[in-house]
Amino acid sequence: MQSNLEYDLQCSAVKKHFGSVRAVDDVSLDIPKGSFFSILGPSGCGKTTLMRMIAGFESPDSGDIRIKGKSVVATPPNRRNVKMVFQHLALFPMMNVYENIAYGLRCNGVSKSDIRLKVHDVLERISLPDVASREITQLSGGQKQRIAIARCMVLDPDVLLLDEPLGALDLKLREAMKIELKLLQHQFDTTFVYITHDQSEALVMSDNVAIMNEGKFVQTGTPQELYHNPAEAFVAGFVGDNNRWSGKVKTVTNGIITTETKAGLTIKGSARGDVKPDVGGVVSIFVRPEFIAAKVSAKKSGKSNANNNTIDGLVDSILFNGANSRVLVRDKVGELIEADVILTGGTDDLKPNDPVRLDWSPDQTMCFVG
Amino acid sequence: MRATDIKRLSLYLLFAPFALWILLLILLPHAGMMYISLREKVAPRVYEFGFENYINFFNEPIYWNTLIRTGSMSLLVTFLALLLGFPIAYYIAKIAGNRSRGALFLMCLIPLWVSDLIRAFGWILLLRETGVISSSLQWVGLIGTPIEFLYNDAAVIMGLVYTVILFMIVPLVSTLDGMDKSLIEAGYNLGGNGPTVLRRIIIPYAMPGIVAGCIVVFMLTAGSYLTPILLGGKNSSWFTEQIYDQFITRYNWESGAAFGFLLLAFTSIAVWLGLKLSGQTLNSTVADT
Repeated sequence: MQSNLEYDLQCSAVKKHFGSVRAVDDVSLDIPKGSFFSILGPSGCGKTTLMRMIAGFESPDSGDIRIKGKSVVATPPNRRNVKMVFQHLALFPMMNVYENIAYGLRCNGVSKSDIRLKVHDVLERISLPDVASREITQLSGGQKQRIAIARCMVLDPDVLLLDEPLGALDLKLREAMKIELKLLQHQFDTTFVYITHDQSEALVMSDNVAIMNEGKFVQTGTPQELYHNPAEAFVAGFVGDNNRWSGKVKTVTNGIITTETKAGLTIKGSARGDVKPDVGGVVSIFVRPEFIAAKVSAKKSGKSNANNNTIDGLVDSILFNGANSRVLVRDKVGELIEADVILTGGTDDLKPNDPVRLDWSPDQTMCFVG
Repeated sequence: MRATDIKRLSLYLLFAPFALWILLLILLPHAGMMYISLREKVAPRVYEFGFENYINFFNEPIYWNTLIRTGSMSLLVTFLALLLGFPIAYYIAKIAGNRSRGALFLMCLIPLWVSDLIRAFGWILLLRETGVISSSLQWVGLIGTPIEFLYNDAAVIMGLVYTVILFMIVPLVSTLDGMDKSLIEAGYNLGGNGPTVLRRIIIPYAMPGIVAGCIVVFMLTAGSYLTPILLGGKNSSWFTEQIYDQFITRYNWESGAAFGFLLLAFTSIAVWLGLKLSGQTLNSTVADT
């Protein structure tokens, strides 16, 4: 692989084993300058180990890590210009906010007056200009978060690593911090590498997301690509909500696969992934709830495409959640299917036990071999 | 009986042993000692109230020299115990695996199962003229004639450090145990090297444990009697020996009691100074660990 100055961070064929466990197995990545890159994976997939290798707390068994084109494998952690926001932030409890931010500058031998200038500047940029003399314990969760980022950003790092820093916050704050992190990344124009197991964090904030599973990168792409064109069943299942079936392929015509699930439903779908399914093969079928239209059966309002999947059923329950409301429909074989609905509060809204017809296109039905 | 009465009664009953202990074993004897120390012997069995016993102490250089010597040697012992104990505590708390941690801690505890006296005699067996070290050196041929390693300050300090180091390690381990490893990693990540991380992060974090350990060790050392006497012999001139002399040899309880209070005052002032200098309070150190 060519080392390229356009990339702030590159890993090539990085491997790390702990005993017989392959924590990180042959991972390569190139992160362009100034982008927000997320590594998304279930816990124990090796993402933290990968991040610790980038920061220098672990050394890879093989492979190379380059920052701004220069290999850093032999560089100790304190000499790498990669800063890290830790999972529990790791703000120094015995120092106040000012000292926390000044710590790194002092280590770099910056003069006292410059430190003062830079600390106040970075506090201004995270819009907390008045907290310099506060103790860490006097800060709220969101403020701590921002101080932890400021402590790194004041050192002007090439890459900022974030290890699930939103995990400890409550839901409301987490939502707010997602947007704020994205804005901060724009403002500082620094490459952020964000590690998380929370897909919504990764999807909302990132320019690019790598899906990691069992030590390997399964797929890398923009959030939209991952969501709409997953390369493997794991990605389809891990990113976003799904109705999921396992079925046997009956026929393949014009790219449309007709399958029959174990329970006896016939579902038409399109093949995804590298391996094309054969007749008689087993496929995993994924359909996102937002692609399924649920209409009351009596009304023949919408004209359905003849090729579409249609399933009749009864509304089992309504999962009201404002704009993200769902309906659970029990089909004739007794399975529950989730579909997004718009509930306006009017009399037209679906109610439990209403007969409904579910309708969705085979294009939105993702079939993976296996 | 109403519920609040029962609650109050049980509180009294639970509190009683502690109150009795404080009153009967600490306050009462000290009040008695204070009373004795303030008596002046004017004639056999005739006493007057006065500060004569305290004034005597300051008029006699041998007395306060011994106290200063005891104090400075105790400080040295405290410092050495900290110097040796900190890496051990750090290893146990932060580097050792979960399983070996228990074993290491136990190894630190084992010497406590043997009494002070036996341990001091153990040192004597090693250090005396005909002891293990002297005879091995002779056997190897490094020295021609037996050497007496006992009865000098080095032997006393070594023995004291050995006796008290555990009381340094325990509070240090407990404070360092509570330290998130990511603080150390953050220290490195933000550009600090080993000494910076130690000086700016680990030591400030461990400060309550360090001060707690130092207070306990200093008090134990300054008040110890057996080890300095057995390992230092007649030359040890430890202040507790002076107190013992006054009480037992000279049968001068008035003076002995005054010396006792002077030692208490001296160590209290030393601890207070130490707390002031390290910016800690008793609450944040001894009470927390």
